Amino acid sequence: MEAMVAIMIAVLVGTGVYLVLRARTFPVILGITLLSYGVNLFVFASGRLALDQAPIVGGGPSTDPLPQALVLTAIVIGFAMTAFLVVLALRGQGETGTDHVDGDADEGGER
Amino acid sequence: MNLAILVLLPFLGAVLPPLAERLRAPRTLLALSAALMPALALVLLITPAGQVFDGQTVRNSLSWMPSLGLALAFRLDGLALLFALLVLGIGLLVILYARYYLSAKEKAGRFYAFLLLFMGAMLGVVTSDNLLLLVLFWELTSLSSFLLIGFWSHQSAARKGARMALTVTGMGGLALLAGVLLIGQVVGSYSLDQALASGDLIRASGLYPLILVLVLLGIFTKSAQFPFHFWLPHAMAAPTPVSAYLHSATMVKAGVFLLARFYPMLAGTDLWFDLVTLAGMATLLWGAAAALFQHDLKGLLAYSTISHLGLITLLFGLNTELAAVAAVFHIINHATFKASLFMAAGIIDHETGTRDMRRINGLWKYMPYTAVLAMVASAAMAGVPLLNGFLSKEMFFAETLQSGRLGAMSWVLPLGATLGGVFSVAYSARFIHDVFFNGEPVNLPRFPPHEPPRYMKVPVEILVALCVAVGVLPSITVAGLLAVAGRATLGGELPDYHLSIWHGFNIPLLMSVVALVGGVAVYSLRRWLFAQYDRLPAINANLIFEGRVQALVRAATALGGALRNGSLQSYAAWLLALVALVLLVHLSPAVIDGTRSMLPLDGVALLAGTMLVVAAVITAVLHRHRMTAIMSVSVVGLVVSLTFVRLSAPDLALTQLSVEVVTVLLLMLAMYFLPVRTHMESGALRVTRDLVLAVVIGGGVGLMAFAMMTSDLQSISGYFLDNAKPGGGGTNVVNVILVDFRGFDTFGEITVLGIAAMGIYALLRDLDLLSAPSDSMGRPWARDAHPLVLVTISRPLLPLALLISVYIFLRGHNLPGGGFIAGLITSVALLLQYVASGVEWVHRRMPGDYHPVVAVGLLLAGITGLGSWFFGHPFLTSTFDHVHWPLVGEFELASAMLFDTGVFLTVVGATLLMLANLGKLSLLDDKKGGA
Repeated sequence: MEAMVAIMIAVLVGTGVYLVLRARTFPVILGITLLSYGVNLFVFASGRLALDQAPIVGGGPSTDPLPQALVLTAIVIGFAMTAFLVVLALRGQGETGTDHVDGDADEGGER
Repeated sequence: MNLAILVLLPFLGAVLPPLAERLRAPRTLLALSAALMPALALVLLITPAGQVFDGQTVRNSLSWMPSLGLALAFRLDGLALLFALLVLGIGLLVILYARYYLSAKEKAGRFYAFLLLFMGAMLGVVTSDNLLLLVLFWELTSLSSFLLIGFWSHQSAARKGARMALTVTGMGGLALLAGVLLIGQVVGSYSLDQALASGDLIRASGLYPLILVLVLLGIFTKSAQFPFHFWLPHAMAAPTPVSAYLHSATMVKAGVFLLARFYPMLAGTDLWFDLVTLAGMATLLWGAAAALFQHDLKGLLAYSTISHLGLITLLFGLNTELAAVAAVFHIINHATFKASLFMAAGIIDHETGTRDMRRINGLWKYMPYTAVLAMVASAAMAGVPLLNGFLSKEMFFAETLQSGRLGAMSWVLPLGATLGGVFSVAYSARFIHDVFFNGEPVNLPRFPPHEPPRYMKVPVEILVALCVAVGVLPSITVAGLLAVAGRATLGGELPDYHLSIWHGFNIPLLMSVVALVGGVAVYSLRRWLFAQYDRLPAINANLIFEGRVQALVRAATALGGALRNGSLQSYAAWLLALVALVLLVHLSPAVIDGTRSMLPLDGVALLAGTMLVVAAVITAVLHRHRMTAIMSVSVVGLVVSLTFVRLSAPDLALTQLSVEVVTVLLLMLAMYFLPVRTHMESGALRVTRDLVLAVVIGGGVGLMAFAMMTSDLQSISGYFLDNAKPGGGGTNVVNVILVDFRGFDTFGEITVLGIAAMGIYALLRDLDLLSAPSDSMGRPWARDAHPLVLVTISRPLLPLALLISVYIFLRGHNLPGGGFIAGLITSVALLLQYVASGVEWVHRRMPGDYHPVVAVGLLLAGITGLGSWFFGHPFLTSTFDHVHWPLVGEFELASAMLFDTGVFLTVVGATLLMLANLGKLSLLDDKKGGA
């Protein structure tokens, strides 16, 4: 299971990084979303994996609740950040008429 | 009396003149307000001065940043006392002088403020007992002198001169800092006392040459030693009182002060002799020769200052105790005669309107009194007997004869000294003869010149009187001060010396005579010499310096332009490449050395994991197909929530699931407005680069995660698990952590959420966006905005969803749930109505403004936190009790629940504020489309 989660984290971070490096805003937003999944999973995993040990007192052994508390707020803040990015992208689109973020709008063109 | 107060006084005093100016105080009062604090400091100096004369060293220390070795430590010994007297005394005279020098139009308040800042910085330099503190004040003198030199900021010359001075002395200051840090490393302390006592340790250290070079760089730049002398003449663009202050007693003397201060620490080696003597000799000769050829009155004095600083440096370099005493003596003498000469030059400039000696002639007739003062001071500068300059120069000549370091070449030193003396006499003669005699004035801007106001001459009179008094009666005027200062400089007992005018017929006297006669001879040949000089190629330090500065700026701009090309991607790539590099260097499969037993992998988990991997890769590969990408991202999110369910994190699963819904909505809206096509525009090279980065970073992070998960855990969570129930009154530890243990963090987090929502609101205001009329495949958007089936199903869902949300909220303290999750569920339920029935439909039924909700949520959370103050507990201390409600039964009420309500409201408000406003954009768009 640990290897599986590690692979998941690796793939999420890798695809996130790749997408963040694209030239347009939409893939960048997707990339940030994937990256935050990966990072959240990573922080969550720092409490180690456990089956059937929800951190509720009184129901037998509990897993580490602290990373969970951290990740819970991180998920919400991550959403806020994604929303902010989307709006920033829209504003950029509205102001400059382009969704390029690589500073070189002339490059490329339709291919 | 604490020395810290002494240093603080001028800084405090810097506030007064601008204040007085604002109150429209007359100029005299303004000058008095500036003089108040230095005068007070001078009075306060009396007591510690008495102790110093008794042979004590006064010390005061306040701890500042002990971990850095930095302390507000001050120390007054003979040397520091001498300089403090010079700084305060001449400072007061300069303030008096400036009262008459500055015209009524000028911002005198600001001028005095800068002057006092500089004075405070100088006092700090000379009294610091901590090396770091010393460097700090040293830099302050550079900064405040920049302000003073550039005081006439409307003049290009003033700005350039100030910039040059700051650049040169500032760079020297950095070198000095490096040197001081090394000294601290060798000595093990930044205390000046300890460093002075550790001279042998430092000289024996392998770092000594480096330390010496760095410290000397600081000193030579400050004291305008060759080859760093070029900034000083350009600093003459400053108002003359500034020149009189900075270039006689203070700024440039800070360098030689440090030579004296560090003398017991660094002097005594051959390297010291070679570097310091050589620089001093070069500066002495270069400055003296160049001074003769200046036609500008202040230019002459500037080069003469350079030359005298060279003389002092040379004396320190000779490595004999007597030479060091002579150097200290000459510091005093130079300060007095040079300050008075600058002031006299300022008077002449003031009365004639020019400083060009080819035009100023024959002033004896018009201002005989000033002429006498200036002539006496010049004679002191030339080293004429019965004046103070003669005494120290005589000692200087004698000392150059004593040094045997150069072996057979030893005659070079006295020869150079005599040559310097010759030129010194020549330019002094020029100052006297050209200005006050030599025919009639030529075409003066102001004619005829008059004697200046009475009190403008007072500072000059005092200084000239000192020159004469020291020159005639050295043993009863200056001897005591020189003795304590000399003892402090040497850090031991004084050598045997006699301050007297007549030492009998000896070689130094012969050298003096040669210098006087030779100087007059050289001066009489001046016309021929000037003609020769004019034929030399002109070297304009200013042009060269400015050229270099511009070249540097150009290079920096080019480099900046190359790196900062406006591409977010290239910045991100640089950053990520750095991350990849760190991962590559530090990670290897060997980091997996944990012994924790792993959980078994079952078929369902494998399937889910595979789905996530496939979906993530699809997102990356097919990101140009936006709808597909959004769907695959939502698959990823779903699998992540399932992972949380499986791995004992029900709260996270609930949160992730509801966030997933809003995220997909968000991405759909983004897709609607952003250009439909994402062009293929990354070349193969770039794709390869990005793939490499992605693989390295993804792989590295995965490896790190695996290594982490398989190693044993030591967590602080035991405390939370043990205390959740007794301390927080809840069994859901995650929720108790959020609203109780780490409530303050959560408060911060919901604040960020609110700020993000407000930011989005602001960004969306007046945003003009037209969505593309069709999707990427050319199909027009569906006009059927609100499908009947969705509308019909969504409406009855709303109350059910809200009910669940209330339930989730209430049980949150003990079972999975809580404010965050309930807020998200409520948001989703409401957003569904937006999607199904449209913004207008929703806003007809409920207020569409969500900022108040965010505000109320934050307020509620904050007030709950504050509430605990009323019970004498720290911010956000929670309390709870169990109450018995009829019908419901045992029920727990916790103040944390109030806080959680705040969280709930903020989350609902923020989420809806973000999405509803985005949604409204499409409404505007529709209207425009319809119109």
